[in-house]
Amino acid sequence: MILKLLSGDRPGSVLLSLILLAILVALAGAPFLFDGTRALDTAARICVFIVLVASYDLLLGYTGIVSFAHTIFFGFGAYGVALSALHLGRGFDALIVGAGAGALAAAALAAVIGLFSLRVRAIFFAMITLAVASAVAVLVSQLSALTGGEDGLTYLIPKALTAAARYGEIPTVTLPWPGADPLTLGGQRITGKIVNYYVIFSGALILILFLLRVVNSPFGRVLQAIRENDFRAEAIGYRVVSYRIAVTVLSAVVASLAGALFAIWLRYVGPDTVLSFEIMIDILLMVVIGGMGTIYGAVIGAVVLLLAQNYLKDLMETAAAGLGDIPLAADLLNPDRWLLWLGVLFVLSVYFFPAGIVGRLRRSRT
Amino acid sequence: MTHAAPDVGDVHNTQPRRAGPGHAMALPILVVPALVIAGLLAMAVQAALPDGAGLLRALADPAFWTGLPAALGAIQASWLTLTVSGLAMGMMIFLMASGLTLVFGLMDVINFGHGAFISVGAFVGVSVLAALGAWVAAPGLGANLAAVALAVLAAMAATGAMGLVFERVIVRPVYGAHLKQILVTMGGLIIVEQLIHVLWGPDEIFLTRPEALKGALTWQGAALEKYRLLAVGVGLAVFLLMRLVLRRSRIGLIVRAGVQNGEMVEALGYRLGLVFVAVFVAGSALAGLGGVMWALYEEVITAPMGAELMVLVFIVVIIGGLGSVEGCFIGALLVGLTQNYTAFLEPKLALVSNIALMVVILMWRPEGMLPVARAK
Repeated sequence: MILKLLSGDRPGSVLLSLILLAILVALAGAPFLFDGTRALDTAARICVFIVLVASYDLLLGYTGIVSFAHTIFFGFGAYGVALSALHLGRGFDALIVGAGAGALAAAALAAVIGLFSLRVRAIFFAMITLAVASAVAVLVSQLSALTGGEDGLTYLIPKALTAAARYGEIPTVTLPWPGADPLTLGGQRITGKIVNYYVIFSGALILILFLLRVVNSPFGRVLQAIRENDFRAEAIGYRVVSYRIAVTVLSAVVASLAGALFAIWLRYVGPDTVLSFEIMIDILLMVVIGGMGTIYGAVIGAVVLLLAQNYLKDLMETAAAGLGDIPLAADLLNPDRWLLWLGVLFVLSVYFFPAGIVGRLRRSRT
Repeated sequence: MTHAAPDVGDVHNTQPRRAGPGHAMALPILVVPALVIAGLLAMAVQAALPDGAGLLRALADPAFWTGLPAALGAIQASWLTLTVSGLAMGMMIFLMASGLTLVFGLMDVINFGHGAFISVGAFVGVSVLAALGAWVAAPGLGANLAAVALAVLAAMAATGAMGLVFERVIVRPVYGAHLKQILVTMGGLIIVEQLIHVLWGPDEIFLTRPEALKGALTWQGAALEKYRLLAVGVGLAVFLLMRLVLRRSRIGLIVRAGVQNGEMVEALGYRLGLVFVAVFVAGSALAGLGGVMWALYEEVITAPMGAELMVLVFIVVIIGGLGSVEGCFIGALLVGLTQNYTAFLEPKLALVSNIALMVVILMWRPEGMLPVARAK
């Protein structure tokens, strides 16, 4: 049953299975296991980025296509939901229409970019997507009448998904042995915010299982063949260009759905939160450090990086304070420079662990 | 042997051979004057259009056509200003892009970290200018140009040295693997950008041009900024020098032969690896030069400026045709001119216009205007 859900793709190492299970349990129980809205926000972000990064891995890790336009598709989904929530009213139908429209737009743009650049030369794709991504980001901040410009859009989501809706309280569980304190499980009310979190969580879970299904299907095998040797794949009789365009479109659609989830959670979209080049860099780092060519790598990469963004900074702050006297070293450990160290880690992992954390764990088993 | 031997190295080339370099170049180079004229016409049409009238209806109106010559005369001065500024921008982008395209042609290496050299060049150059503050503020042209020349030399030395390290540490281990090249050079870009933050602080740095390069000359009623004229001159000089070296010198011959068929050149006993390192360093130094020029043009520098300029650089490299210095030159001029004309006509579309330019050129010639290198 579980194996069928995972489409036969075993994690392949006991340690990896345990880590993945821990992540799943932590995310599934996030509203009750951790205290505070900040933790819940981080958990929701992790869910969204896992999907986003996994959809990017479909391109980069499975097919060997480098794209810098992934944030556009993410943004399409997010802006789709934002615009329809603004103009169609505060209902679930608006969210669905917005997500659908965003996905369609993303699919269309991905097909056009793919037709143009994948037909000629795969390396063009990387350069062209970089150019298109910056053009779209500029366009979105320029067309402020439609998109709200740099300020972005704030909108309302259905009341059932906001903190204003109450669904009762978590019961206090009394542990069955004497002298134990009553266990309160976070001791909070079940609000619409928590329901909203579960919408995000289950959406992300479904999309990840879908991606696992895709990569373990015959279609996914062809993609891997193209990654390994496109000339040979063509010679065997697969139309490489069609497969490349199809996978570009597919990953764009999944990315836009991740964007829609993100928009539902944040109730705000802006160029910096969904379209910026920094997010693209984050996605790249997550895929490569987690492990290219495995969906589980995307899961691990997203979790590690998002946690690092929160906790590495604290660690560096302590270290920088300790080195206060030495000028350059203190600057190097400045918490704002955390990207420097991730960049170094990124380059090292491309050289030495091209299969990332997941590849490392899988290999250590045998 | 009476029949020609089959061309083994070129099995993927299914297109008919073009007549020769002279003929193949003639058409793309004509695009530049065509674009300049199109820019003039578009500006004149926009000026002659009555307020709020649709373009199609105006075209059918004879009053529009009688008013057009007058509009042409009225718009001429700003057109001249825009053309010079477009050429200046194009020349600076050419400086940044030329190294990248040669590196790709020679070794099939695509360097996404090229923008790092632009940023570092700008920061080093501006630091030198700041150190020579007295020379910069002095009203004499000699002292000003000496300060700029020193800044440029320092920047080029710094980025050249950085290119050497970058090639050794970042690029060399991943020869022959495009995917890893893109990822690793991107990583290099992140690291260098962050190091700039560490060394120069996180804020943008404002600067002023030397006294003698401030202000504008007036010619035919058009204000031509002195600095833009200097940029055009420098860009043209570098282009002609590069062409001279590539066409007339022995090393140029080896580089061009290496771009066309590297294995053959190596078989003849040349160490193409060394040539490649030299080209990589030269390309990095040129990016540094472009960075300093751009810094003086914009009068503000930031660490991500190189990465932002890479967007234009890539468009130039793509439409020029990978590996071609001439194509890169034409492409850069096209991009600079298009950007400036559209910024005047419809400011919101400035960056998108370059994408449109790229699409049009790729529909006309899918491999770029003057492709030399074929991706392996």
